[in-house]
Amino acid sequence: MNNLVFLPVLLPLLTGIILIFFSKYIKIQRFLSLVSSSLGIILSCLLIGKVHDQGILALQVGSWEAPFGISIVADMLSSLLVLTTNIIGFAVLIYSFYSIGTGREKFYYYSFVQFLLVGVNGAFLTGDIFNLFVFFEVMLMSSYVLLVLGGTKAQLRESLKYILVNVISSALFVISVAYLYSVVGTLNMADISRRIAESGQPGIITVIAVSFLIVFGLKGAIFPLFYWLPGSYYAPPIPVIALFGALLTKVGVYAILRTFTLLFYHDQQYTHELLGILAIFTIIVGTIGAVGYWDIKKIIIYNIVIAVGMITFGISLMNEQGLSGAIYYTIHDMIIKAALFLLVGIMAMITGTSDLRKMGGLIQAYPYAAWTFFIAAISLAGIPPFSGFAGKLLLLEGAVEGEAYVGFAVILISSLLMLYSVMKIFINGFWGKPRAYKDADLVPVSRLAVPAALLVIVSIALGLGTEAIYPYISQAMEPLIDPAIYINAVLKE
Amino acid sequence: MEIVMAVVIGILFMSATYLMLSKSILRIIIGTGLLSHGAHLLILTMGGLKRGSVPLLGESAGPYVDPLPQALILTAIVISFGVTSLFLVVAYRTYQELGTDNMDKLRGKESNE
Repeated sequence: MNNLVFLPVLLPLLTGIILIFFSKYIKIQRFLSLVSSSLGIILSCLLIGKVHDQGILALQVGSWEAPFGISIVADMLSSLLVLTTNIIGFAVLIYSFYSIGTGREKFYYYSFVQFLLVGVNGAFLTGDIFNLFVFFEVMLMSSYVLLVLGGTKAQLRESLKYILVNVISSALFVISVAYLYSVVGTLNMADISRRIAESGQPGIITVIAVSFLIVFGLKGAIFPLFYWLPGSYYAPPIPVIALFGALLTKVGVYAILRTFTLLFYHDQQYTHELLGILAIFTIIVGTIGAVGYWDIKKIIIYNIVIAVGMITFGISLMNEQGLSGAIYYTIHDMIIKAALFLLVGIMAMITGTSDLRKMGGLIQAYPYAAWTFFIAAISLAGIPPFSGFAGKLLLLEGAVEGEAYVGFAVILISSLLMLYSVMKIFINGFWGKPRAYKDADLVPVSRLAVPAALLVIVSIALGLGTEAIYPYISQAMEPLIDPAIYINAVLKE
Repeated sequence: MEIVMAVVIGILFMSATYLMLSKSILRIIIGTGLLSHGAHLLILTMGGLKRGSVPLLGESAGPYVDPLPQALILTAIVISFGVTSLFLVVAYRTYQELGTDNMDKLRGKESNE
């Protein structure tokens, strides 16, 4: 049996449970979390290596045969995303040591970070649509707690709305699964895919596909369902925003990627056309938000919306370049968004505000943080040789091949405006006349910058090593183009 | 029987929507409860309603009820139970901290102070 497949889920789960018993011993908690996260990175590297050699790995939980039991499936896409998740978890953890504060640390912060990782890794690895729902819920429950932990007024107010939106979308998820089950009579994604292919996707399946799109669109913040995101992501402390911004929306996007390539790919005229249109609107709305705000956190938050649009646009193309671009861009964006949030957090901590108009001249006192931010910013915008470039190039190639010229233009223009939005932070925040800030000396900037720099280095490596990484990306893309690979690996025919 | 269930589920969803559109937090939470009840009944109905059979597949299986929807409902009930209790606690804390349960007053400013 390939128990390795399930270890990235099991490890944080056990760690989270153990950490509960040490809630008052912060040093032990930090140590255990760090060990667990490092192990998680090693495990996911092993998993990638094994998937690279042997192809898709499937674990039938409890040895119940494939369509009847729950399958845990690690294809290259899932493994890559699990690795990215673990790297981000590691970096955010180190950042939390110096910024989250003992109050939160004593009240199960680290446990819930681990439970969040359980949900995210599980959602990436599961091969069962109901199990996907369960892991979504594990992830969301932890995110509710992380969002409200600390109990400031803004946090409580935004948590209410966040929980309400997610409860509704979860109910919709259950309803969609119920409809799907009544039509195809199975929950295993490989088996669902096979049965839909046999019946050739009648109209009812397309309706179900759209209801799934609404569910995942709510989680992944697609236009017009993104309205909850800017408020809710603004409230919690920076490490939590970094985790949410890098991981949560991407899980929604991954779910769209998985379901719309594996299950609902027969009526592309309708479903993928719809996805493409929504993606373009998502990019436009996100760009308007990113350009319009003068609040550094808000700018980066709207950049999440843009990225979600870019990735879904890649999915809607359904050709090799488009899908590889979507995969590459997802990985790139998870890492760079986490890095940007961490850096923006440092700026907000030094200056005591997140309003750009009230800061300036930080580059004199903090040159390293400034240049790290600069690299992260141009990497986000996609300037070669950094990691955003390859993803966007693939997306654009896909757009040309799919003859989606509107999307092509929108991506190019929005990239420029993305660059503008982050350069606005750099110019107004780091350049200009230095000002005196009250609590600047209390902030351990050199320590806080380490995890952010780590993520930026990963991102640079991703950009410079595109040649080396591309085989993995294309292996991840193959089952998306040809679902038979996935189905055969899971059902062992 | 399915028709009756469909009507019941529809009424549940309708009341849930009505309650969730109101301003009081408590009504909204009751609305989410009704919404998840409706969803659970929907799973049950989608599995097919058969009367007088057991959800077991014996050696010489006669008519049996599909056991899977019941397992799904159980999972979904547990989850919605957990979420609802957390929601209630958060709502209570919000009421304590902000002194209101009116969603209109919980809108938050543009600056999100």
